[in-house]
Amino acid sequence: MAQAFARVPELLAQHLLLAFAALLLGLVVSLPLAILSARNKTVGRVALGLASLIQTIPSLALLALFYPILLSVSALVGGGIPALGFLPSLLALSLYAILPILRNGVTGLANLDPAVLEAADGVGMTRAQKLRLVEAPLVAPVLMAGVRTAAVWTIGAATLSTTVGQPSLGDLIFAGLQTQNWTLVLAGCAAAAGLALSADALLGLAEHGIARRKRGLVWGSLGVLLLAVLVALAPAMPSGKGTVIVGAKGFSEQYILARLIGQRLEDAGYKVEYREGLGSAVAFSALASGDIDVYVDYSGTVWTNQMKRADVPGREAIVAGVGAWCRDKYGMRMMGSLGFENVYAFAMRGDDARRLGVHSLVDLARIAPTLDLATDVEFLERPEWRSVRDTYGLRFKSAHPYQPTFMYRALASGEADVIPAFSSDGRIAADRLAVLSDPRGALPGYDAILMVSPRRANDAHFQAVLRPLIGGIRVEDMRTANYMVDRDTDKASPEAAARWLARRSGL
Amino acid sequence: MPEQSRTVTFKNVSKRYAGGVAAVDGVSVEVAGGSFVALVGASGSGKSTLLKTVNRLIEPSEGEVLVGGVAVGAEPVHLLRRRIGYVFQNVGLFPHMTVGENVAIGLRLAGEKDNAARIAELLDLVELPAEMAARFPDALSGGQRQRVGVARALACAPGIMLMDEPFGALDPVTRDALGKAIRALHDRLGLTTIMVTHDMAEALLLADRVLVMAGGKIVADATPRDLIAGKGGAAADALVAVPREQAHRLKELEG
Repeated sequence: MAQAFARVPELLAQHLLLAFAALLLGLVVSLPLAILSARNKTVGRVALGLASLIQTIPSLALLALFYPILLSVSALVGGGIPALGFLPSLLALSLYAILPILRNGVTGLANLDPAVLEAADGVGMTRAQKLRLVEAPLVAPVLMAGVRTAAVWTIGAATLSTTVGQPSLGDLIFAGLQTQNWTLVLAGCAAAAGLALSADALLGLAEHGIARRKRGLVWGSLGVLLLAVLVALAPAMPSGKGTVIVGAKGFSEQYILARLIGQRLEDAGYKVEYREGLGSAVAFSALASGDIDVYVDYSGTVWTNQMKRADVPGREAIVAGVGAWCRDKYGMRMMGSLGFENVYAFAMRGDDARRLGVHSLVDLARIAPTLDLATDVEFLERPEWRSVRDTYGLRFKSAHPYQPTFMYRALASGEADVIPAFSSDGRIAADRLAVLSDPRGALPGYDAILMVSPRRANDAHFQAVLRPLIGGIRVEDMRTANYMVDRDTDKASPEAAARWLARRSGL
Repeated sequence: MPEQSRTVTFKNVSKRYAGGVAAVDGVSVEVAGGSFVALVGASGSGKSTLLKTVNRLIEPSEGEVLVGGVAVGAEPVHLLRRRIGYVFQNVGLFPHMTVGENVAIGLRLAGEKDNAARIAELLDLVELPAEMAARFPDALSGGQRQRVGVARALACAPGIMLMDEPFGALDPVTRDALGKAIRALHDRLGLTTIMVTHDMAEALLLADRVLVMAGGKIVADATPRDLIAGKGGAAADALVAVPREQAHRLKELEG
């Protein structure tokens, strides 16, 4: 329990900073927009329409959309704009914050007593004086209600920024969901809810203060909020060049390997931060752009997804090909294979496989139309699936994507009959799954490879610290470590599993 | 301030709205400095529209308005308005400011601070106690609010007062008291006052000169005495007949 909450302060600070920055940016955009909208009906219709449209985009999708947008903008201006992390999160959340502020601002301005406005003109106020002395103070309480709504939405949606590599309380939720560590999920939820409630209460006090013309209350409550932001800002300041950022995709093996890498670096005196729960493509681009310094990828993933190769040569050829390509195209350094494979391996419940006489993908193709397929969230969109499907003529009755953990659950509970499991997954043995062979070699090799960002590509000291990992991990040890995190009882944290794996591998 | 500088001149002023409706239709009239003129007419006769062309709350479509011989468009509109007092039916006190802050708003716009003494003086002028300065408008009665409105309009010592149905929302007793107070202020401060009202009795009792409007034009222009004497023409007579008849009936009741 204590361990689950250990990361809360650090992530809470990051979360608060992100949400507050987004709220501030939202305010900066929506306040002038509200004034323009109230003065000009056409502007108002367009602005409110657009803001409402944005609100209909799911927040996760909005975050995801900013990644390709920022990538292309960065390419357009010759690079230098980070497509991951703080910037896309900030922009997406700011867009989310606009609607409530804009709507309340416009409504507030439209509902002002016409007599008061006539009087303001009558006494000889300029437009600016009218705005400052009359409109702004009278709209403030209504506007403040919109700011409160925006704050709560922003804090809630900020948990999703984990997926684009921005640390937030979502890290706990995603990691907990992945490793079925419900305490972690609860810690993340409780902290996010607590933050939202506190921010709402403070802004509520300020709103009350504005409405009742109690200046002390307004400045007091906003002051507390500002103080919280400053406190959150304090640890963020000194970090920078000396910090190594270790990336991880969103499944247990990745969490464990990230910790294994991080622990070695920390022992060598580096300050380490983690960006966890990244999507496959996101992790690769994050490394290319230097948003992360190091992570573990799989040779076949890069081969098919980044290099767009459809041919399937041997394992060594793929690893070498990936290494050369990454160096030439991005200046990254592929340090080598960790020593084990994690391939997509189609698996069924063991007793089913025996009963139906299915041993290979050829056998599977025969009865696939009567079976349900469950996959991880990426698989159905990956070229490997197209390759396997077309090679064997696989047609399933249905195909549903799940979070990896729930994919295994779906198979165990009979909701699905076939899954593309991960060969290094401890649950294959634990759940007594039958792994189907791939006689036609449709699935490429997936050696776990250590990837280093262009920035660290020539950093000999950095790479010397990580070198022992190359060829240092056996597949059965990785499987056991994975299972320590994935199993239902007596679960280990990724940190603990990483320490076990290091000891076990003599690292 | 010399009287000429407070003269208000309308030169062939018209205000047309989209669709060709003319709210004001070619009005030419001069209001002498220091006079108290009532603009009387039915709803839609154009009297409020004409009044608001003076402080440019409404811009005429044709013609021009001069104050002291200078076109009102010759200076930035906010500076013009600070020299002209404006009081209207809905008062429009700023609800987030105290009575004192409301009264002193014109001074504040002019960059003056430390207005406490002037606020007390202005409140005294409209017969309100100085303590009222600390209260908020929502704590006042309708009559008190309009008095504050008048004090606010007087704060920058304007030479001209524009009043648009200033007593429209008040009960008869308050109305009468405030009317007398306004007339007294007019005399004491030497203002030029143009007051829009639909109440002919009020116009007859307060003004030096009554302009009757109908269909955007001035149809009668006479002193109250001449109007009572029936020298104002048919349109004016119809309006004067009402209070005159009421007065007769009241007299009969008195026996």
